Amino acid sequence: MKIAVTINEGPYQHQASDSAYLFCKAALEKGHEIRRVFFYNDGVNNASSLTEPPQDDRNIVTRWSKLAADHKLDLVVCVAAALRRGIRDENLAPGFRISGLGQLVEAGIEADRLVTFGD
Amino acid sequence: MLHIVNKSSLERDTLDSCLRVANGGAILLIEDAVYAATRGNAAEAKLREALARFKVYALGPDLDARGMGDRVMEGITTVDYGGFVDLVAEHKNCQSWL
Amino acid sequence: MSEGTIKKFMFVNRKAPYGTVYALESLEVVLITAAFDQDVSLVFMDDGVFQLKKGQQTKGIENKNFSPTYRALDGYDIEKLYVEEEAMAARGLTEDDLLVDVTVMPRADLGKLMDEMDVVLSF
Repeated sequence: MKIAVTINEGPYQHQASDSAYLFCKAALEKGHEIRRVFFYNDGVNNASSLTEPPQDDRNIVTRWSKLAADHKLDLVVCVAAALRRGIRDENLAPGFRISGLGQLVEAGIEADRLVTFGD
Repeated sequence: MLHIVNKSSLERDTLDSCLRVANGGAILLIEDAVYAATRGNAAEAKLREALARFKVYALGPDLDARGMGDRVMEGITTVDYGGFVDLVAEHKNCQSWL
Repeated sequence: MSEGTIKKFMFVNRKAPYGTVYALESLEVVLITAAFDQDVSLVFMDDGVFQLKKGQQTKGIENKNFSPTYRALDGYDIEKLYVEEEAMAARGLTEDDLLVDVTVMPRADLGKLMDEMDVVLSF
């Protein structure tokens, strides 16, 4: 089954990104396709390559990058939300791309399910 | 339809909104919403009542993280992330009550 | 690709405007979804009903007043606007307080409508 995911909150502040990550991982393990992960609102902060958590904490950003590399995931960051929050191509972590809101709608159309994680 | 709730029912009225509007199906409690699935919580009575209309699930890893894994009320099924995925796949659509 | 597919999208608005960005961001997605020629429904329940309150004046908080956009939805062929009857009453509002024409619906009917959707987005 094709599943799309949208994340509306930033890393570390709210559990949304953690929940979404563990959900995607489980879905992939079960043989589902993650059609796209769309980062919206403060969720765009999940894509910042400048993130540097303490050694003993999970690295939410690189965890997404790795999942994307391992499974060819399409991680899309909303351009308007990103520019508002200082996320640009220069500080975009590997595996993410910046694009428009149309990518969210398109994912909703093409996927069999769309699951939202947020506050 | 699968209804996903992620707020503690003692802090926000999200669970109430879901129970008020949703037309049956399944409810999955995740993140802070899992407290509502535990014995002795003020939400116990309304969830017990909801069990007549909904199948209710709670995310095990979120319960365990909060030290509440051993006090889930009867009638509520604990699932892991794989079970979360299954619930999404089994239902025609889902709504996150943010 | 998505060419030709028309899905039923429902946007569930449950948050008040200005206190957080969600009401505005929901509206942005609604407009894009309409541009994709999808079947769009908007539901206003809980504090989301406040998004439609007439007379919003945002100069004093130096925020853009986006409430006129609700009036423009008609021009994008977005005509399915539903307000939860009980939520409106609980906030001391009537249809006359709202800046657009809506269908006021009891909660049970809203739940049934939600069941019929393909994609439900909530901000």
